[in-house]
Amino acid sequence: MESFPFVNQLLQFLVTGLTVGAIYAMVAIGFNIIYNVTEIINLAQGEFVMLGGLLMVSTHVSLGLPLLLAFPVTVLGVTLVGILLDRLAIRPIRKPSVMTLIIATVAASIIIKGLAMIIWGKSPYDLPAFSGRTPIDIGGVIIQPQYLWVVGFLVAVAVGLTLFFNRTILGKAMGACADNPDAARLVGINVRHMVLLSFALSAAIGAVAGLTLTPIALMDYDRGAMLAIKGFGAAILGGLGSFPGAILGGLILGLIESLSAGMLDSGYKDAYALIILLAVLFIRPSGILGNLEVSRFKRF
Amino acid sequence: MLRIRKAPMLAGALLILVFPWIASRIPAISHYPDLMVFAGVYALITIGLSLLMGYAGQISLGHAAFFGIGAYVSGVLTTQFDVNAWLGMLLGAVAAAAVAVAIGAPSLKLRGHYLAMATLAFGIIINIVFREEARWTGGPDGMVGISGLSVFGYAFDTAGKYYYLVWAIVAAVFLFTVNLIQSPTGRALRAIHASEAASAAMGIPIARYKVIVFTFSAVLAALAGSLYAHYMNFINPATFDLFFSIKLIIMIALGGMHSIWGAIIGAILVAFLSLEWLHYFEEFEIVVYGAILLLVTIFLPEGLAGAPAKLMARMRR
Repeated sequence: MESFPFVNQLLQFLVTGLTVGAIYAMVAIGFNIIYNVTEIINLAQGEFVMLGGLLMVSTHVSLGLPLLLAFPVTVLGVTLVGILLDRLAIRPIRKPSVMTLIIATVAASIIIKGLAMIIWGKSPYDLPAFSGRTPIDIGGVIIQPQYLWVVGFLVAVAVGLTLFFNRTILGKAMGACADNPDAARLVGINVRHMVLLSFALSAAIGAVAGLTLTPIALMDYDRGAMLAIKGFGAAILGGLGSFPGAILGGLILGLIESLSAGMLDSGYKDAYALIILLAVLFIRPSGILGNLEVSRFKRF
Repeated sequence: MLRIRKAPMLAGALLILVFPWIASRIPAISHYPDLMVFAGVYALITIGLSLLMGYAGQISLGHAAFFGIGAYVSGVLTTQFDVNAWLGMLLGAVAAAAVAVAIGAPSLKLRGHYLAMATLAFGIIINIVFREEARWTGGPDGMVGISGLSVFGYAFDTAGKYYYLVWAIVAAVFLFTVNLIQSPTGRALRAIHASEAASAAMGIPIARYKVIVFTFSAVLAALAGSLYAHYMNFINPATFDLFFSIKLIIMIALGGMHSIWGAIIGAILVAFLSLEWLHYFEEFEIVVYGAILLLVTIFLPEGLAGAPAKLMARMRR
């Protein structure tokens, strides 16, 4: 394969792009879970990812818990933060509007970030990769084993959520809140519980994204905001509320970033991704897989 | 909301006029006119944003970009092309207006969260340009040596003098905006906020009005940026990043989005909080900041400008 360095390089960018994209996709799925039940864009979503990474560092590295134990402890810990977020920042708001909800979640993310800075300090932390750092070489393309974990977790989350929303009563009840909260209430669904559950679920997925990302890209208290923007961008690109859209949007953003950083100008990699996002929005105002007719019925 | 009474405006003007004199008598707050310069710069932006968000109901998470465009056009033209500072300020406003029309026309067709994302993306893209075009902007380190402002040989070279310059401009813009709100244009904007479908049915050209307000707010932000650049004599991209756009939203929310007074109150409050008062909390600064924001959102959704009315209503009960 050494006679095709360009093809190899391209494949290499594709591999890293898909990995980063898988992380964005998980963040976007977190956005969608909450959006579908509440129509809220939770801008503190990125903080869940940051907490997932840092809490994993504390439990796995500092406390020395084995991977199989540190993993559920971390996810539960971040889930608890998600529940607190709903109870302390979202539910007390009496007259919700796009603006107040955006501000409330921004305020929450500022608080979480500030507390994380006090707890963990400002330096970035590393985490041992789940199955070592011996790269797998496939015809000249280097794949870190951790990449496979990231993509594997995205697949697991997607399959798990599909089963949850289509096959379980609880999942269908959450779907009902998404379609019509008033009608859901009429058939006896406790909408408040469903909202709480959406925050918990979304926090848990954020934590998974964070703890799988940390061995690849380190983690520090300040990473949440950028991850939230990328995840929000991915969700919007795919069409808010659509899970296939979130995965598609995440992977596209990851690929654009990786290809533009490698082939064009790395300083502008975030700009290229966002310019594509703007272009898509100007052509399709409801994202790639979003439905304009449906979005007209949404309050926000 | 519609009638904006004259008495508070006169009282406000008087307070602004005598404030430096009061501050100079009290050593603990003798540097407050300096902070008030920043508050005035912020207020110019928030007046426009209040019109855009509170009155017309369109969200923008990217106004730091227009603030930056004003500052950088002024900075680059005066330091590298020897352009007159006031002409530079005008060209900065023109540049911001051009960008606002170009980005506003397609963006403002978007609704709700999609508009939020589009403006957010726009703000980040412009900030990246400030960082990467180092040839012109000095890159992440910023640019130094931007001259001060002067008119017919009279230099605004102290915080006290600059204070009066900035607040005179704020007062003029405030009066203009108050008149605008009370004109048919203001009523049209509120109609768009209440219901786009209904106002379109009434024959209001929604798209045009939205772009006009967006452009007006962008021009004000650019003006503020030029004033900032000539006061600080130094600018760098970090001043105009996403966090500043969020901070502008915070000002509007704290002050009260549905009142033009809220824009001024919020700008002053955030200037003092972020430049001075919050520093007392040291590493807890950012947590306290977030907590204040959350508490106001929960307990005072109308912002501080809405607090007196709320208090009155409670007392009557």
